[in-house]
Amino acid sequence: MTSNVAKGTMTVEKKKNKKRSQWAEVWRRLKKNKMAMLGLAILTILVLTAIFADFIADYDNVVIKQDLVNKLQGPSAEHPFGTDEFGRDIFARMIHGARVSLRVGILAVGISIIIGGTLGAIAGYYGGKLDNVIMRVMDIFLAIPSILLAIAIVSALGPSLMNLMIAIGISSVPSYARIVRSSVLSIRDQEFIEAAKAIGANDLRIILKHIIPNALAPVIVQGTLGVAGAILSTAGLSFIGLGIQPPAPEWGAMLATGRPYLRYAWHVTTFPGLAIMITILALNLVGDGLRDALDPRLKQ
Amino acid sequence: MHKYIFRRLLLLIPVLLGVTFIVFTIMSFTPGDPAQLMLGESAPPEAVEQLRAEMGLDDPFIVQYLRFVGNAIKGDFGRSYTTKREVFSEIFARFPNTLILAAVGVAIAVAIGIPVGIISATRQYSLIDSISMIGALLGVSMPNFWLGLMLILVFSVGLGWLPFAGFESAKSIILPAITLGTGAAAIITRMTRSSMLEVIRQDYIRTARAKGVSEKKVVNKHALKNALIPVITVVGLQFGYLLGGAVLTETVFSWPGVGRLLVEAIRQKDTPTVLASVVFMATTFSFVNLLVDILYAYVDPRIKSQYSK
Repeated sequence: MTSNVAKGTMTVEKKKNKKRSQWAEVWRRLKKNKMAMLGLAILTILVLTAIFADFIADYDNVVIKQDLVNKLQGPSAEHPFGTDEFGRDIFARMIHGARVSLRVGILAVGISIIIGGTLGAIAGYYGGKLDNVIMRVMDIFLAIPSILLAIAIVSALGPSLMNLMIAIGISSVPSYARIVRSSVLSIRDQEFIEAAKAIGANDLRIILKHIIPNALAPVIVQGTLGVAGAILSTAGLSFIGLGIQPPAPEWGAMLATGRPYLRYAWHVTTFPGLAIMITILALNLVGDGLRDALDPRLKQ
Repeated sequence: MHKYIFRRLLLLIPVLLGVTFIVFTIMSFTPGDPAQLMLGESAPPEAVEQLRAEMGLDDPFIVQYLRFVGNAIKGDFGRSYTTKREVFSEIFARFPNTLILAAVGVAIAVAIGIPVGIISATRQYSLIDSISMIGALLGVSMPNFWLGLMLILVFSVGLGWLPFAGFESAKSIILPAITLGTGAAAIITRMTRSSMLEVIRQDYIRTARAKGVSEKKVVNKHALKNALIPVITVVGLQFGYLLGGAVLTETVFSWPGVGRLLVEAIRQKDTPTVLASVVFMATTFSFVNLLVDILYAYVDPRIKSQYSK
């Protein structure tokens, strides 16, 4: 399959068919995996919730509006998950929290894929000294536990949504650099790359057109699992006060504010935590499923 | 073997220099003038200026970094802005608490993870396998600070059995250690299971069975010994992670460890303590990883033989 991709004579339409069939095959395998489909279903609901959050609960009048008369009420018909210490509906805040968590998770992973992927592709493709320098720097970054690195970055830059994404994004750059580098290394010396070089394609074209599409599978798997990790880190950093600042709804921050009221109002900490867990679970299921579907050799 | 250890120790030096450089650079982005922070808002500008000169804050960045490393090697990480005490002695006083917590956490994770992993692998696709795999999946998906709060809710607030804050008695360690160990237990379970499944399919296991060795002996003697080699690495790495990542658990349980010191220091904008805690934890993490690699070389005869010459 690989040597066909490089043939310059291949028509655009043919190429499309080729791609479609490859991804159709992955989808066919993924569909057979019940756990992955469960994860995908949960994820779809979460994404739709995040997109249509404003239709479910109004931000200004419900999500951040204080109603102290009704503070710390238990679950009821009116407030299915109860109210927090400012009388705000926890269910509505969790709905909008999905938006925050998914956005931070996806953008943080995007940052690490772009930086880590570029570094890994350069290191793998050019090799030699450049490879050595890039990868030794990555090794040093890996020597710092990623949560600590993220904590250091946010505490220096100050807590905000943007800084949180940068911190979490940077702290997982090394793992993407490693993955991309190793798949580039395995592709670099294959015949179709040689063929592309022979017909005069320049390095940039070879990397963008031939190497990246073929190195994509492990990045997709790692990216899916990475979003889970990023959401977990976001919640953790917000929990210790380094994340999204009030009154914005974020699951980890909601948990933290409920902590002093654990004795009287269990629901304030319980429900946001469940939301985090279900999201991570869904992403892990899809990630594991994708890994098996993209590389059937791994599954015995 | 000694050569190998020595070489690895030497390699650690540039890594640690790199780590301190990265953390030092990141922390230098912290807004505010350290001299002003130490003297307070109302300090006269001349005094601030003088302190800046004394602390060497006007020197070039690289000079400041080298001075930091030079002092750090001597165990001097400066003084805390808030308590005015030596940062290093503060960290050292708290480190045993973090170490105990991580050790008990890993012990719990091993005590659960390895047996469950073995049972799962030997009864693949059985009900017990499914249950433990779902359990492991939940274990890796759960935010540990939330698990900690839920444990407090049930065992401290609800049942009143266990304390939920501080480190007063041996009982105090139970909930934080479970909180910290759950994620590791899940990872160890998965690793043990997959490693065991791989080993069970090997030819030498088939040979052992063919020559009539009892199933129990096949599992415990022939398979387990080989299957546990990669598990040891995972256990060691988890120990390193728990040492460095106990920040959230320590916060939940007000555990007097290095992680909580770090969080408090961040809240009080106490840069020397933040810098020193992160450098200290990253250093510990690197040392643990090195120990794991050496241990791995010891237990795996194939690797050991490479270095014994």
